[in-house]
This record gives sequence, structure tokens and C-alpha cells, in this order.
Amino acid sequence: MLKELAKFKGFSAKNLPKEEPFAPGHRACQGCGEVLALRLALKALGMNVIAVSATGCMEIISSPFPYTSWRVPWIHIAFENAAAVASGVEAALKVLKRKGRFPKNRRVDVVVFAGDGGTGDIGLQALSGALERGHDFVYICLDNEAYMNTGVQRSGCTPYGAMTTTSPPGKKSFGQMTWKKNVPAIAAAHGIPYVATATPAFFLDLMNKVKKAALVNGPAYVHVYAPCPTGWGSKGEDSIRLAKLAVETRIFPLYEVIEGKYYITRKITKPKPVEEYLKLQRRFRHLTEEHIREIQQRVDAEYERLLRLAECL
Amino acid sequence: MPKGKDTALMSWKEVPFGCYILESGNSVKFKTGDWRSFRPVLDKEKCIKCGQCYIMCPDMSYNQDEEGYYIVDLTYCKGCGICASVCPKGAITMVVEEV
Repeated sequence: MLKELAKFKGFSAKNLPKEEPFAPGHRACQGCGEVLALRLALKALGMNVIAVSATGCMEIISSPFPYTSWRVPWIHIAFENAAAVASGVEAALKVLKRKGRFPKNRRVDVVVFAGDGGTGDIGLQALSGALERGHDFVYICLDNEAYMNTGVQRSGCTPYGAMTTTSPPGKKSFGQMTWKKNVPAIAAAHGIPYVATATPAFFLDLMNKVKKAALVNGPAYVHVYAPCPTGWGSKGEDSIRLAKLAVETRIFPLYEVIEGKYYITRKITKPKPVEEYLKLQRRFRHLTEEHIREIQQRVDAEYERLLRLAECL
Repeated sequence: MPKGKDTALMSWKEVPFGCYILESGNSVKFKTGDWRSFRPVLDKEKCIKCGQCYIMCPDMSYNQDEEGYYIVDLTYCKGCGICASVCPKGAITMVVEEV
């Protein structure tokens, strides 16, 4: 276990921070799980952060001129260079501290918020570079499994069989034909001190993971599952239920990778069938039983692999 | 229908230099409450003050009052119904908003 995390006690339902670094009045859709994840992450981090935000839903809904929802310093940059700009901000803070123009013992966290497109597809190169150089920053990927902001186009993180506008089901196609890209595994392969996956349904788990990511020295990556009622064709009130079902059906397992060692933070001993998760969403309604069986097999195999990693590493 | 100055948020003469936003968190001036078609109603007899509705609200609409109940502030509530679905006691019901 890392020594930075030894003193960290964790949040509990009784000692939740009162401050809200993200202001209400933002224009997210009704029942948006992504903005909920963003709010919880910022609540855990507190006011001493510099937020770097890649293009995506969270940038659009929080900053339509002349309003902004951010109560913390915030910089918006293009899709591909969120991690690169965060490394620059972190390096600038280091220089200011060395020159004595910034209090040396004041802790400021640099945190990146990007969508799954900005992380897994377009920004992967900048992310890889920043992780490899070892900057002290937190990268939070809010994964809603497609380019929702521009009108539901497929991304690398779109799951198998999902309907999007660029992977439509029909006679020759059944939706997305490739499996979801495992971005947390790519981040963990860089050998960085902290990688985690989280979902807003387990809010204490999410807040603790984000806080831990900020506490470690060096780069940290948190992959947050964020339900999107608009893009997935689900009910707004079902967002939390979907986020919970994704964990309970083993589709999105919750784990931490601390210095290369895998820890499963929520073990699912009695998994629910994936059908229960799929049938709540319109993007999966065209799937046949054969496809669902295929998905179930893949999910079981992936979970088995994760269990083995947690055992032997 | 009034035109120009009366409908726009601000005229071009008032736009700050470089289109900077000079105030932090000023989206509180933008009331998203009028998006709502359903309104959450709390039954205080069933409420156990667990705060699930407060922490799960994407619009930061819930605030605690002196007695410890979490009361919805309808200024920003978009009526998504997450609070009603996460409530462990079923104390929150969604009712149709009346015009």
C-alpha cells in the first residue's frame, strides 16, 4: 500500500463535504449520470483544484456564454490535448513554487475531466504521454459510451451491439461490431501508481477513489461509468439503477490498481443476468438471444480474467 | 414579440472584452426549474433523513432544513425523478406539474 494513502480515512455518509465546487443551473439533460459523477468528484476534491476540461458534454453544459457553473479555476481545451494541458499546468505550478511566487506547502490538485471519446479515441496519445512522463495529476474519464454531445456517434468505448447513429442496426448489421476498449487496463499498463473504476451509484466509493487519486504522488486515472438517458434511450430516473445494474451484472466491475496490484473493491458473488441491464435501454432492443448469450459469455470471461489478476498480481 | 434588446441576454456593447466570464459559478442565475414536467413531493412521515436524495441529485436541488429533512429547492429541479427512484423508503413521489 502506498504511504500517501495510509492516513486517508475515507468519506462516510455522515461526514460528506458541504461545499459544491460545481454550481446548479447547468444545462445537462434530465437524469444525467455524467454531471452527477462530475459533481461527486469535485465534492470529494474540494475547492483547491484546477480543472482542465476536454471538449464534450461536460464542457458544453457548464459554460454556455455568459454563464459558467465552475466555482474553481477551469480551462477548456480541445478534445485531443486535455492531458497535455494538464501536464503544462502542473509543470507551471512546480516552477511557481520553486521561484517562491506560490506558497510551497499549499496543495493544489490538477484534475482533467474528459469523456470517453476524448480519452479512449482522440486524446489517448496525449494521455499516454502524460502518464509516461509522470506528472502529478488526476485524469477522470466520464464514460457514457459514445459521442453523446454531437448526437450519439460510436466511440471506442461503445459496447458490443449498441445502436448509435454511426452503428445502426439493420439487415446486415446489429449495431456496434467491436467490443468496448479497456481504457483502465491501458492506463494501468503504464505502471502508474493509481488506477480505479467507479460509478455514481456507489457514491462513497467514487468519492473515496477520486480523493485517493488526488492524494497519490504521480499520475492517477479514474474511469467513471456515467449513464446517459438521451443516448442510451433509457428513462431519466433509471440512471442510478442502470449504474448499479452494470456493476451487479459484472458488465462494469469496480476495481483499483495500486502500484500494479489489482484489488476488486466490490466482489459480485451472485451476478444478475446481463439481460436485465440490456432490456432497460433502447440502444440494445434489437439484439437477438444469440447476441445476448455472446455478451454474457464475454462478460463472464472478462470478470474471470480480472479475478485471476487480483489473485496472482 | 419584442425584438433585439428585450429578448437577448445582453447587447454586444455589454459583452466583456475577450468574452470572458468575470464571475465564478454564475449559472445560478439560470433557472432550470422551468424544464420540469414532474415535481418531487416528500412525505415527511416516511422520511428517515438518510440523504440519498441530496447526494444523488444531479442539479444540487436538495438542502437540509433545521429539522434534518432534505427539502427540494424547485428553482433548479429538472424533475428527472432520480430522488424518487433512489429513496429507500419510497417517501418521494413524482406528481405532474400543474401549469
